[in-house]
Amino acid sequence: MAASSRAQVLDLYRAMLRESKRFSAYNYRTYAVRRIRDAFRENKNVKDPVEIQTLVNKAKRDLGIIRRQVAEQGTATRRKSGNSSRSLGKPCTSWP
Amino acid sequence: MLLRAAWRRAAVAVTAAPGPKPAAPTRGLRLRVGDHAPQSAVPADTAAAPEAGPVLRPLYMDVQATTPLDPRVLDAMLPYLINYYGNPHSRTHAYGWESEAAMERARQQVASLIGADPREIIFTSGATESNNIAIKELEAAIQPDTSLVSVMTVNNEIGVKQPIAEIGRICSSRKVYFHTDAAQAVGKIPLDVNDMKIDLMSISGHKIYGPKGVGAIYIRRRPRVRVEALQSGGGQERGMRSGTVPTPLVVGLGAACEVAQQEMEYDHKRISKLSERLIQNIMKSLPDVVMNGDPEHHYPGCINLSFAYVEGESLLMALKDVALSSGSACTSASLEPSYVLRAIGTDEDLAHSSIRFGIGRFTTEEEVDYTVEKCIQHVKRLREMSPLWEMVQDGIDLKSIKWTQH
Repeated sequence: MAASSRAQVLDLYRAMLRESKRFSAYNYRTYAVRRIRDAFRENKNVKDPVEIQTLVNKAKRDLGIIRRQVAEQGTATRRKSGNSSRSLGKPCTSWP
Repeated sequence: MLLRAAWRRAAVAVTAAPGPKPAAPTRGLRLRVGDHAPQSAVPADTAAAPEAGPVLRPLYMDVQATTPLDPRVLDAMLPYLINYYGNPHSRTHAYGWESEAAMERARQQVASLIGADPREIIFTSGATESNNIAIKELEAAIQPDTSLVSVMTVNNEIGVKQPIAEIGRICSSRKVYFHTDAAQAVGKIPLDVNDMKIDLMSISGHKIYGPKGVGAIYIRRRPRVRVEALQSGGGQERGMRSGTVPTPLVVGLGAACEVAQQEMEYDHKRISKLSERLIQNIMKSLPDVVMNGDPEHHYPGCINLSFAYVEGESLLMALKDVALSSGSACTSASLEPSYVLRAIGTDEDLAHSSIRFGIGRFTTEEEVDYTVEKCIQHVKRLREMSPLWEMVQDGIDLKSIKWTQH
């Protein structure tokens, strides 16, 4: 695979920021956005194509992590106990 | 599959719609979109519907007590909580093999953070268990000339860094075992067990953005350090700690260590800056504030300040929007002032007015500014109500007062 072009790196950057803003937890959201910006800024002058590719691969892996975690945390915070009992109008007598 | 995807889209729309994004000032800071109350044993069937708006929760400034999981750590753990649930000690099938491989990978990650060999890392349930194993060694080797030095690397109450390398050198020259409880230090300051001549080290998962319930003990192999097992059973972990190794937890610990190694410099720089900001802003707006602990040898993420003429507990109560502590969580139930502050010679009255601010990887500048603002506001208010403060303002030297007995 040819070394990543500037356009591809920028696309990746934008995708990562976009995805990070979907974290529902304030601390994770702010960390991800900040860390991504700082990491891309720090590495913006890297010239060696092998090093660039390594960094891009790591970023892609991290993008996957963010996507999975945004989805996972989204469902986790929406999970509420007693949902079924609420619709029955009766107190819950056992663990959900 | 399609149903779930549609439900996810709908759910994202619900949580993404309300609430200002962090770009807004303080208001936006406390409005945590999608932060719903955790499940409780009493079902909330008469409580507000889930869409009734997010619950406001305090800012978290108590990282010395515990840290949130880093998303990268949770991501590493999840497969082992879902499909890869094998017992790592099962030798006869793929579930066991893959679980064991994960456990050994985690062991390597922990070892590499502290410059150790993976064979020197034993997984435990936490730093407390590790400490007990290390200290028990002293009882096991009952020769009169054997002893053990045990020192905390970074103090959890005042953030002071101990001169570990010097202590290690001294212990090694006197042939005395050196143990350090590195729970607050691992992954935050560079540690190398060989450079610092450490023989035993305790590691805690939940202090470094890993899961709770797991830790490790580093036990030097060359020269061999003998320890006695605290719990006996199936002989796991080289006989030093029997019991099935909890793969998901150790994978989390390993991932936390790896992330810490990568992020150590970045985190340290950021936390130092935020720490400076907090201390400077408080001290320039409030007189009579003392920072406890040697400022030279200090880990920036743990700031312990004493506010004279203000009672620590009342300040904590006043700062109800911020999760803080006035000492270590282990001693928070008692009303005694901190033994650490007493040990460094802090006056009794100042010891009662101390608050510990914790700054971690996920702490934001906004959170620090909000905390500073509220702290200044409440200290001023509490001082206004304090007769001691009034007397000080009138120029009376409190030490010269003869308090009468009633």
